[in-house]
Amino acid sequence: MPKIVIEAGHSERQYWKDLWHFRELFYFLAWRDILVRYKQTLIGIAWAVIRPLLTMAILVVVFNKLAKLPSDGTAPYPILVFAAMLPWQFFSTSLSEASNSLVVNSNLISKVYFPRLVVPASAVITSLVDFAISLGLLAGLMVIYQFAPTWKILTLPLFTLLAFLAALGPGLLMTALNVKYRDVRYIIPFIVQIGLYISPVGFSSSIVPEKWRLIYSLNPMVGVIDGFRWAILGGEIYMPGFLVAIGTTIVFLWLGLNYFRKTERTFADVI
Amino acid sequence: MIKVENLSKHYRIKSGSKQDTAHSYSTLRDSMANGIKSLLSWKNKTASEWEEFWAVRDVSFEVKQGEVVGLIGRNGAGKSTLLKLLSRITEPSSGRITLDGKVGSLLEVGTGFHPELSGRENIFLNGAILGMKRTEIQAKFDEIVDFAGVEKFLETPVKRYSSGMYVRLAFSVAAHLETEILLVDEVLAVGDSQFQKKCLQKMENVSSSGRTVIFVSHNMSTILSLCSRCIFLKNGQLDFDSEPREAVRKYLEEAQPTTHFQRTLQRSGDPTITEGRLQTNEKEGSYQIDIKVTIESDSDIKSCINVSTRDSMAQQVGFSSIGSFNNEEMLDIKKGKNTFCFRMDGSNLAVGSYFLSLSLSITNVRYLDRCEDCFSFDIEKSPRTGTHRVFSQNWGLGSVELPMSKIDQPGTET
Repeated sequence: MPKIVIEAGHSERQYWKDLWHFRELFYFLAWRDILVRYKQTLIGIAWAVIRPLLTMAILVVVFNKLAKLPSDGTAPYPILVFAAMLPWQFFSTSLSEASNSLVVNSNLISKVYFPRLVVPASAVITSLVDFAISLGLLAGLMVIYQFAPTWKILTLPLFTLLAFLAALGPGLLMTALNVKYRDVRYIIPFIVQIGLYISPVGFSSSIVPEKWRLIYSLNPMVGVIDGFRWAILGGEIYMPGFLVAIGTTIVFLWLGLNYFRKTERTFADVI
Repeated sequence: MIKVENLSKHYRIKSGSKQDTAHSYSTLRDSMANGIKSLLSWKNKTASEWEEFWAVRDVSFEVKQGEVVGLIGRNGAGKSTLLKLLSRITEPSSGRITLDGKVGSLLEVGTGFHPELSGRENIFLNGAILGMKRTEIQAKFDEIVDFAGVEKFLETPVKRYSSGMYVRLAFSVAAHLETEILLVDEVLAVGDSQFQKKCLQKMENVSSSGRTVIFVSHNMSTILSLCSRCIFLKNGQLDFDSEPREAVRKYLEEAQPTTHFQRTLQRSGDPTITEGRLQTNEKEGSYQIDIKVTIESDSDIKSCINVSTRDSMAQQVGFSSIGSFNNEEMLDIKKGKNTFCFRMDGSNLAVGSYFLSLSLSITNVRYLDRCEDCFSFDIEKSPRTGTHRVFSQNWGLGSVELPMSKIDQPGTET
């Protein structure tokens, strides 16, 4: 028979045990979000197809046709852009979904107990569906441009995991802040918008001058995008930058998780 | 089974903002501005602005396996907070709770229901939210559907359900939660009267099945019929812990005649009865009970207002409503403050004390707001000529004198 002791200041071990115990809730919440998103109409799916294609087209026109930026090696520019759009869109939708998740589910928070970490984590899963659709689009593009990937494409799941973690860290921080300060949600679209331009989505990160490259890599999405391009297009990866990306991802994850855990106990009181 | 030791919970609230806590979220912008302000002026900001509020203070008790414990107390006595602490939704400020066994808490029916999803999908979702395993839900699925009576609409999104069906399904999922310890907040009063009876029966089954239940209610007759023990909370502290009859008597005895009350807006965003005033007049043998209420609302909404009257033995005496029996009479509540006045006829009430509970509701669907035992008044022996008002509650014959008069022959008109 399980014995639960409730005291001021949660015991850490109990929490992770609970998290495991509530894994089914995690599936169900993710399942709900996906179902709701794609249920009513075809628009949900159509949107997931049109949006990345349209964004890619615009980026290609602006950066390649107008600004005349070079591609990486032999890769066609649309594929170069699309390979970066994959993680970028996954990152940006994950971040926004996670940031709003607690407030959107406030009725759950105030009426039922479960480790609150379940909510933002399951919200991120929804973006995985969009990601899968985009992956299909990429395959289509590669067929059209007759561009064959190498064995490196098998490492893609690893970089996806890195993108997931890179989104989860700031996402946790934002969603916890959002519970307390309701104006945080206005900041997120801004971060996402700026992020598209300061991350190497429309261009290759190799055009960044060598001496700035390490600093540029402080943006964790630089490493993630480079990783995706390396896996899909081949070529060389800028290793110091990639390691920095892993480092910043871990730092953000640690910060996010810590702040989340620290404020979690008061969510039900303030939400 | 359940052991609570010196449990306390306090909140920090901004002094002076008690009235509108419902809608006052802090913003990052304000916090930053305040931070800069206080940096510039070097003022000690925290001490003056915040004050402590103890929702639950130093409460200890033990519940043995199979006990059904009623938790009673006036609004704001800390019942809901205690239940939230027990169900781990919020964390105690100090003290300790030990729970031996799997805990299920029903603080609301239909938590997490999604309007776009079908009945079937919502059963699974809601079940998972309440802590059931998928296999467990599957095993009970037919029973749940049957209890709610929604077989035909399983594949229909619940947004197309009638509101009655919606709450029936929601309660049904909750009712099939089988945990060793069950924490229940007044969720029984949903649906039409037939369904309510079914719910109460289900609760009686639960309490006789050897499971441990803590049950919050304002309805003293439900407490008396379900519970084997009763805890009375007052201002966050445990005031009385005994067998139910004694506790209920004490609860009702303590009530002073109240003819005026004020409340703060509910957090849920539903309309709230924020103020009420009661006036009784006796003239020419008739007894008028006049009620004036102020209702505040976020939006335009139609609602019934109900008054239920109880006597000093916690027995229901009667029920009065505007809107419940005739939907066209429902109150038109507008956004903002509304004032309504009603008159009840109390000419037939026996001498003794009475308690009135007000509620706003949408018939057969749900309560928007309820203030339990918010008014009380005494009916006294009429000082005037002897015949009127001698019938008294403590004769044990009931609290209403049904009018009767002498006639010549049955069936003739008078």
